[in-house]
Formats: sequence, structure tokens, C-alpha cells
Amino acid sequence: MHTVAFPNKILPYLLVAPQIILTVVFFFWPASQAIYQSTLREDPFGLKSGFVGLANFSAVLADPNYLSSLQVTVIFSILTALVSMGVALLLATAADRVVRGQTLYRTLLIWPYAVAPAVAGMLWLFMFNPAMGTLAYLLRRNGFGWDPLLNGDQAMALIVVAAAWKQISYNFLFFVAGLQAIPRSLIEAASIDGARGARRFWTIVFPLLAPTTFFLLVVNTVYAFFDTFGIIHAVTGGGPAKATETLVYKVYNDGFVNLNLGSSAAQSVILMIIVIALTAFQFRFVEKRVHYG
Amino acid sequence: MARIVLNDVRKTYGTVEAIKGVSLDIADGELIVLVGPSGCGKSTLLRMIAGLEGITGGTISIGDRVVNDLEPSERDIAMVFQNYALYPHMTVRQNLAYGLKNRNTPKPEIDRRIAEAAKALEIEPFLERKPRQLSGGQRQRVAMGRAIVREPAAYLFDEPLSNLDAKLRVQMRVEIKRLQRSLATTSVYVTHDQMEAMTLADRLVVLNGGHIEQVGTPIELYEKPATTFVATFIGSPSMNLLATPAPGAGWVLSGATHLPAGVATLGIRPEDLHLAEEGRDDAFRADVKVAAVELVGAESYVHGTLPDGTPIVFRVAGRSRIAMDDTMTIGAAASGLHFFDQEGARLA
Repeated sequence: MHTVAFPNKILPYLLVAPQIILTVVFFFWPASQAIYQSTLREDPFGLKSGFVGLANFSAVLADPNYLSSLQVTVIFSILTALVSMGVALLLATAADRVVRGQTLYRTLLIWPYAVAPAVAGMLWLFMFNPAMGTLAYLLRRNGFGWDPLLNGDQAMALIVVAAAWKQISYNFLFFVAGLQAIPRSLIEAASIDGARGARRFWTIVFPLLAPTTFFLLVVNTVYAFFDTFGIIHAVTGGGPAKATETLVYKVYNDGFVNLNLGSSAAQSVILMIIVIALTAFQFRFVEKRVHYG
Repeated sequence: MARIVLNDVRKTYGTVEAIKGVSLDIADGELIVLVGPSGCGKSTLLRMIAGLEGITGGTISIGDRVVNDLEPSERDIAMVFQNYALYPHMTVRQNLAYGLKNRNTPKPEIDRRIAEAAKALEIEPFLERKPRQLSGGQRQRVAMGRAIVREPAAYLFDEPLSNLDAKLRVQMRVEIKRLQRSLATTSVYVTHDQMEAMTLADRLVVLNGGHIEQVGTPIELYEKPATTFVATFIGSPSMNLLATPAPGAGWVLSGATHLPAGVATLGIRPEDLHLAEEGRDDAFRADVKVAAVELVGAESYVHGTLPDGTPIVFRVAGRSRIAMDDTMTIGAAASGLHFFDQEGARLA
């Protein structure tokens, strides 16, 4: 590391201040509020609240609904990350081969990222709503019993597709950049070494993309955990029968619909711990297998 | 083991003709060096032989097999890249084994070849390391090793030494030559460094603007350059070119020697010029005013001008006492004179 000596004593603090202020206002303050709230219990009329220690946590962790929500979240996150990264990688390798109109092709593929989550959810809902969706109609006409309003697995599939679709653009951008960073001569050396098509991809290209893939894995997990509320809210509302109620959605439901603030706060603290732990785990173990060239 | 034959090979990018009809016959086991300035098409030509660039016209055959439409992997060639192109996520051993594994070579055979190549290149201690843990010279050896283990019909080298420092470059140059001799495998070597080209080549191919200027042994090219381009490109410092006839230029040819018909340029290498002495029978004499003296160790190069202002360079052995603004007469024997016509082609 290069150390820089500032002539002015205050300047360095001023330079980092915006970042610090942002982090304090938008992370430390709400996070500490959540921790504080999670130790309180409101009376039924919201007139006073009392300190209950870790009672909210033990109640939440013993709740079978909460554990099933955890399971839903894990399935949802894994599927969303897999689908969005898989499709993005496929598109990026295809875009890498396009010679003419590459910029146009890329620009078009980036657009979905500009769509708000709730709007993205609505788009997919319109297409697959069993009552009025065009594609739902096609599915049913072809003998497929499509009903995400009653079938939990189908509802899950729908939100996974909607959530993944929105993230594909983002992943695509990074994969395209990652592919371009691979020196051409390496690909040429591999083709002289007799590796073609899928073999070349899995033995040379994919390992060299590992830093990108790892980064996207972290980003996509966090996305699936936190940023998919809008999509779930618009498409399934957590149903049917809580089949698509992820942890984030449950925090909202318990806190703002059922007005159980203490439990909701405890859940968000747990959620925060999970994401911190997950990211730490990824950095600790997955990153070891990543080659930064 | 293979002969490589290029027949009227052409390459165009859009409307730009990069290779303008190159024909070349490379004998089995020969080390051919393609040399020329940047953009002369030497790398393009090599990549066309490798199959990394398409061929617009003509045919390339390796070992009596036309390879125009074959994939690089099917051409039975191995290539050493300028930036080595080692796979960064694999150990040295995996790098060497990769091409063999892709061809389903049996494991014991792979191990045997790697052991052999590692021994020849002295990279045995690094076999389990990743490329990023190696120095430039070591990476270069690994890149060579990757080509050797394949036991291909031909080696292609694309400026393999240009990323090394000067000392290592000389050392690797000798080693490549020795290795190529012992393997006796046809090799095509691209470089822009004429010194490297001269020392390595069995035969040199000088390229300029997408066509061949001259093909020949290094000594042929040095002694009888076919064009003024080759004359100035081969040899350092490059050959002096004097416009003829130039009355009043301050140089004369002695009685027995005269200019051939159609001559436009007279060429003399700096090393063929010497300080004139009484009684020495020089074919060429000129008066020079010294502008600068370069001492390069065992010899010095004197940069001067003729009375008409034409610059001229000549060599003097040892440390000379010549100083700036000295004037003197220099001479050259008839054997050191080269004559070229209006188009730059050699006359007789």
C-alpha cells in the first residue's frame, strides 16, 4: 500500500466524510434502531413498549413459519442466482462472438436493468396471470395446468424468473467485461492446443472468469435476499399459503401488516447477520479458489 | 517433420491488402525467420500458417497437406506467443499437459514427454508452480516447453523474446537455436530484430509492405542485398546510400571502377569504409567532416557529412582519436560497393 501524507490535518477527514455520513445515516442508524426495537415488545394498543431481552429472537427462531420462510428464501436465492447468472453468461458468450452490431446488441440486453422491481413483477404477472395472462393462456391451452395462485411451486418459479430476468442485464454487463479481459492469445493458444467449443469454455474461459463469477455470486445473493421485495409483493404477495414468503417479505408482513414490530425487528437483525455471514463465508472459502490472473 | 509450402498467399482486410501474394518453400527441419518493420505483415503471415487468421487467396500446405480450411488444432503445429499465453490458472505441469490431454494422449506418455521437456529446458523445479510465480525468462521456457511436448510437425514463434531484457534475450536466442538444431523440426520465427534474425536463421525472409523483398541465408542477404530496403534493414548501423551520379558530392570512383548503366544509388556499409592511406588502392574515395563519434566498445562509428551535406557513417577499429569537426578522406574497396537502380533493385 502506498501511504500519502496530507499537508492539511482536516482535509483527509473531509474527503472521507460523505462516505462515512452515508454509511452512518443509511446503515448504522437504521441497523442500531432495528437492534434496539428487537429487544422491545409493544402492548396491543401501541401505547407503551417494554424491554424483553432476547425473547423476540427465541420466539422467531422457534416459529415453524419462520423456518419455512428461511427455506423458501434459500431455494429462491439459489435458483435466482443460478438462473440469472447462467442466462447472463450464455448471453455474454454469445455477445462476445457477435462481430457486427455488438454495441446495439449489448445496449438492448442492458435495458431490463432500468426497469423498477415492482414494474418487472407486473410485467411477468401480466404474462402469467392465470386469469388474463397471454402466456398463461397458451400454457393452459397446451394442457399444462398453470395456476400460480394455487400451486406454490409454480408461484416460486414465476418470481424466480421475474427476479432473475431483472438481474440478467447486470450480470451480463460484468460477464461481457470479464470475457473481454481474457487475453486473445490465451484463447488462441487453447485452440492450437486442440481445445474447442465447450471444452475450451470450461477449461480455459470459465476458470479465467472466476473473479467475475465470484463477485456476481455475492451481489446476486444479496440481491435475492434483499432487493426482491418489490417483485414478490407485485407478483404473489408471498402466497399461496406463504409458499413464496421470503425472509424480507416476512419482515414486511409481520412488521407493517401484522404490526408485530418487535418480532419484525428481530427478523431483520437475523437477516442482517445471515447476509454478513454469507458474504464473509464466500470471501473466506469461495474466493480461495478464484484466480485473479 | 514437415515441409511448409506457401503458394501465392494473400490476405485482405476489407479493401486493404495486408499480404500481397507470398510464395515460400520451407524445407523440412529448416529454421526460417520472417523479419521486417512493424506492419510489414510478418505476424499476419505466421498467424495464417497457424490458422488463427483466414486465408484470402492462395494455399498453405504443411507436410504435403493443404491446411487452408483446417482448424489450428488440426494443423499439427505448436506456437510460442510473444506474451507467452500461459494459462494462469494451471500449474506449469498442467500447462504442458493441456494440449496432450485434449488429444487423448495416454497418461504415462504425457508424463514422459513433460519430464523430457522439463529436463531439456531446466524447468523441473517449477513444474508445480503457477505462471505468476515465475520470472519472465522462466515463463518463456514454459511456453517453449508447451510447444515441445506436443512434438508437432512445425514450430511457430511470434516474437518470443521481445518481452525479455537484453541479456536474457541473447541467452534465450542461443538456446532456441540449440534446441531447434537438436529437435530438427521445421520452424518459422517472426521478429523485428534484425540481429536476432541474422543469428537464428537458416534462411531469412525480409518482408516489406506485405510482399517478400528477399529470401536467403543471412550472409547472402548481408553480402548481396537484392534491394535498397534489404540493404538498409540488414546490418547495423545500416548501409550508407549515396545518390548517383552526384557531381560535386565530394566522392569519386577511381579509374578501374565505374558506375554501371542505370545506377541511381551507391551503397557502402559502414564496416567497408576505412580511413584512406597513401598507396592503398581504393575504388571509392570521399572527403568527410566529422559530426559525431560513437564509441561502442571494440570499435567506433563515426558520423560525418560529405561536402554536399549527405550524411555518411563509417567504422574505425578500437578507440579512435577522431574528434568533432575533423576532416579526413575515407575509402572503400571495389568489393564493398553495391549498386542499385531507380526502383531500388540491385544491379549485378
